[in-house]
Amino acid sequence: MKYTLRVWRQTGPTATGSLVEYEVDDVTPDMSFLEMLDVLNERLQLAGDAPVAFDHDCREGICGACGVMIDGVAHGPGKATTTCQLHMRQFDPARPIVIEPWRAAPFPVVRDLVVDRSALDRVIEAGGYISTRTGAAPDAHALPVAKPDADTAFEAAACIGCGACVAACPNGSSMLFTAAKTTHLGALPQGQPERFTRARTMVETQDDLGFGGCTLTGECTAVCPKGIPLSTIARLNHDVLTAAMRGD
Amino acid sequence: MYWTTRPRRSYRGRMAVTSPAPVRPEKPVAQGFPRRLWASTVGKKAVMAVTGAILFGYLLAHMIGNLTIFFGDIDGYGVFLRRLLAPVLGYGGLVWVIRAVLVLAVVLHMTAAIQLARRSARARPVGYAKRPRAQGGYAARTMRWGGVIIALFVGYHLLDLTAGVLNPHGVDGQIHANVVADFRHWYVVAAYTLAVVALGFHLRHGLWSGLRSLGRAPSRSAAAALVVALVITIGFLSVPYAVLFGIVR
Amino acid sequence: MSYREGDPIADTRAPAGPLETRWERRRFAARLVNPANRRKLTVVVVGTGLAGGSAAATLGELGYNVLSFCYQDSPRRAHSIAAQGGINAAKNYAGDGDSVHRLFHDTIKGGDFRSRESNVHRLAEVSTSIIDQCVAQGVPFAREYGGLLDTRSFGGAQVSRTFYARGQTGQQLLLGAYQALARQIHAGTVRSHPRTEMLDLVVADGRARGVVVRDLVTGEISTHLADAVVLATGGYGNVFHLSTNAKGCNTTAIWRAHKRGALFANPCYTQIHPTCIPVSGDHQSKLTLMSESLRNDGRVWVPVQAGDDRPPNRIPEDERDYYLERMYPSFGNLVPRDIASRAAKAVCDAGRGVGPGGLGVYLDFADAIERLGRASVAARYGNLFEMYQRITDEDPYQVPMRIYPAVHYTMGGLWVDYDLRATIPGLFVIGEANFSDHGANRLGASALMQGLADGYFVLPAVIGDYLADGPFGPVGADAVSEAESAVRDLVTTLLSIDGDRTPESFHRELGRLMWDLCGMERSEEGLHKALDRIPSLREEFWRRVKVTGSGAELNQALEKAGRVADFLELAELMCVDALHRTESCGGHFRVESQTADGDARRDDDHFAYVAAWEFTGVGEPPVLHHEHLRFEAVRPTVRSYK
Repeated sequence: MKYTLRVWRQTGPTATGSLVEYEVDDVTPDMSFLEMLDVLNERLQLAGDAPVAFDHDCREGICGACGVMIDGVAHGPGKATTTCQLHMRQFDPARPIVIEPWRAAPFPVVRDLVVDRSALDRVIEAGGYISTRTGAAPDAHALPVAKPDADTAFEAAACIGCGACVAACPNGSSMLFTAAKTTHLGALPQGQPERFTRARTMVETQDDLGFGGCTLTGECTAVCPKGIPLSTIARLNHDVLTAAMRGD
Repeated sequence: MYWTTRPRRSYRGRMAVTSPAPVRPEKPVAQGFPRRLWASTVGKKAVMAVTGAILFGYLLAHMIGNLTIFFGDIDGYGVFLRRLLAPVLGYGGLVWVIRAVLVLAVVLHMTAAIQLARRSARARPVGYAKRPRAQGGYAARTMRWGGVIIALFVGYHLLDLTAGVLNPHGVDGQIHANVVADFRHWYVVAAYTLAVVALGFHLRHGLWSGLRSLGRAPSRSAAAALVVALVITIGFLSVPYAVLFGIVR
Repeated sequence: MSYREGDPIADTRAPAGPLETRWERRRFAARLVNPANRRKLTVVVVGTGLAGGSAAATLGELGYNVLSFCYQDSPRRAHSIAAQGGINAAKNYAGDGDSVHRLFHDTIKGGDFRSRESNVHRLAEVSTSIIDQCVAQGVPFAREYGGLLDTRSFGGAQVSRTFYARGQTGQQLLLGAYQALARQIHAGTVRSHPRTEMLDLVVADGRARGVVVRDLVTGEISTHLADAVVLATGGYGNVFHLSTNAKGCNTTAIWRAHKRGALFANPCYTQIHPTCIPVSGDHQSKLTLMSESLRNDGRVWVPVQAGDDRPPNRIPEDERDYYLERMYPSFGNLVPRDIASRAAKAVCDAGRGVGPGGLGVYLDFADAIERLGRASVAARYGNLFEMYQRITDEDPYQVPMRIYPAVHYTMGGLWVDYDLRATIPGLFVIGEANFSDHGANRLGASALMQGLADGYFVLPAVIGDYLADGPFGPVGADAVSEAESAVRDLVTTLLSIDGDRTPESFHRELGRLMWDLCGMERSEEGLHKALDRIPSLREEFWRRVKVTGSGAELNQALEKAGRVADFLELAELMCVDALHRTESCGGHFRVESQTADGDARRDDDHFAYVAAWEFTGVGEPPVLHHEHLRFEAVRPTVRSYK
């Protein structure tokens, strides 16, 4: 099969970019979307052109490295899927595929489809952890965790930090990302002591980094490859407001 | 020990890294609850939720007041409102207190909304070349334009039925007559319909998201918000259409 | 290529005396560094997986000045994140008779008696602290309704000692380590350098004193000096091109350290995982692992007749060969990974494989669905079935899955002593990058345990003994400029060849060659053939590779080319090692060394040693150093699963 692609090409952070059209032959239905880009890249290299830069690593939907806007949808068609888990059988060869990088001020384009998502690391560094010292932990069974709390924590902990929520949000907000972490840690008894300060400092940091504010449009959760629910955001709001009231 | 021996130019960047990085100073916590609240996007949304709730409460009372046109004397209702707490606040004093609260709520609601909207625009300076219909709900996407429509309408509405300037009848205190004079015209009804439908959408998402902004996510709140928004919409539209179709004269 | 014999390794720094107290005694004997002096000591940690992330976080917490590097755009993306199954620990929470000694014993036996007793015992001891540590960090392990941690039995173990977080154990453990690291980055004790690849090791006055790295965004090549260097850069399974490793996983860091003098131990020990989704075509970039737990209820079979291409549901019961159940009646479908993998290869080689290219066997759930009901099967394996369907477009509830073995883990790696020191003073190697704990075969759910044991508990406890002699003073300019210019030359050369083949095409060719000749089964003839072809492929690489763009930008083709260049050298050493080890053991199966039934035949008389190889030049015969293994607590026996 043959596909027409319109791919965002940009040589560097300060360069101006544009959509460039390519045709890719010999695509099979069981090829993954990234393998299709591999085919394009091998061809471009042999022709002496720069291959399309895109982030990817595990190619099994867990590392969170990959992620592009495909026809305007973060991670493309398919619910709860990362870009690397898409297969070409999901695309109609008759229609050109538009591929763009994540767009957000805190995610500057590095090259082509590669963006710098280190802002998300900054958000975690601002408090997305439980302060504990190695080797000083009590026995793991000293602290039982009620199953519903464990389940809430687990569901939120599934976040892979791909940034699709930011890319999809009309406000460019990282709220779902932040909420996933505060919910994961805040639902567990271990995470209680820092619960409210954590929420405050993480939100403050994401605000400082230039992410937009959440208006609960639900665009994020619609494209989240791990199905992080919107209820995590309500939880984060609760924790931030509690921190404001308590002065934490 | 972290250093390099060669004073070569390309090393200069790394020469700076000779000692451990300074510990990042923690940002001081803002003093006072209002400041702490206003400091973050989450706090601003909470302000919008609370002011939204005040405005919603007013709307509910307003709608019930409107419905007195079907069951009783709406002009008398106006007088009743002005006499409430008159011994303390003077005749009509309560109305002015309510108006002051409403103005404050609207100002805060709109300031927060504008600040958040501007922040959103800064957060996405470059848009997508291709962006299909959004994944989220229609109501959620129309909050800002809906808010603008409602704000414009409120201006007109005040000039029409409060100040009476734009009202064909326009006599202070003759509420019934003013209303009937208005809604005999199809275009006035059309304008009110547009605004009230926008309000319905605004409320549907606003009620639902307001709860979440305040940290609550009760189950079935989406359905509840829809029902309340429908009740308010129908309640407000019932009067103009009743006049238009001659049920109220 | 032949090899030369060198001196045996005399000292592994393992304390003598009773096994149970060795670690305690070693820890006490290790010198400490005064807390006030720690911040004057810089440690470079390369890699941010379970081992590197936990080590950097803990060293930072102790107050050392830590520089952390990873090639990914965030430390959180290291490939440890993809581990599914679980992590072993001798907690005995299930009360089913587990103990430190039993975990030790199982690991030694599982490794086919090719690992060091002292190390493995320490690993089993430390395992319990790992769980405590992770729970305190908020790792959401699976729990029972009573709120206590749940465990399961994994990979045929007779006790329930595997802690898990659904199928995402690696992810949750890694995020725990990443968050601990983030906390230290915030505190300023760790400086993080993502999108930065280590390209050489700086060795000055006989000590490892830093790394030469390339900033993958700007292309800038720079040197970071330190008092000690820790490599935690994972395994080299991608030498086979197709593996369950991430696309970026590579051998460059450890290979270049090897070229600087660190011995490389047991390179031929590779683990092949039996339950992966088969290759679908030439453009395949990656193999996806399906959890081993599928074999608990799925039945493995192929058609009796070679070339039977009927759809599986139309093949009657008596024309199916449930070969694992037939060959291993007592363990059946649950035989260990190496045995299941080899059996699959054998039936496919006999022409009875299914699916594209005949490289696949059926894993059938029809019986399980009939016995347990569809809902129960969905509850156990639903997410795996969904993943399978997404990739293959086939519904495992309706038609049997197709599976085939794939390279999964490499037990070999840089040689380290009991203190995790490589043979270059100041160079420490942890996690999958070293060779230390798994012998010739790794047990399921032990990789996560080893990575975290090394990073959280072992390295931080022993590195002080080395650093107590520091700071080590200025590094001579020569050592830095030599290492830097070697890297610059390499980059320049790769960019200037301008040939007609992509780096990817060489990787694909090398991988196929290695899979065919040095994969699940190795033969003298095949290995000779490989040793014949690898040098010519390498020569062709340096003549015909085409790398577009420049070195001063984000250039993924250049990154790839450098990694393939190193695989082309490592592959040769793997074949030399595989050829010299004429026994079969664990993940290394020599066709010449098997029993009449086709099982592996170990040769303890001649091969009870670690083969540690010294680099002497590209294409030059390496030097073999033996580390003889002594078994005091466990007596080597024959593994039998009949």
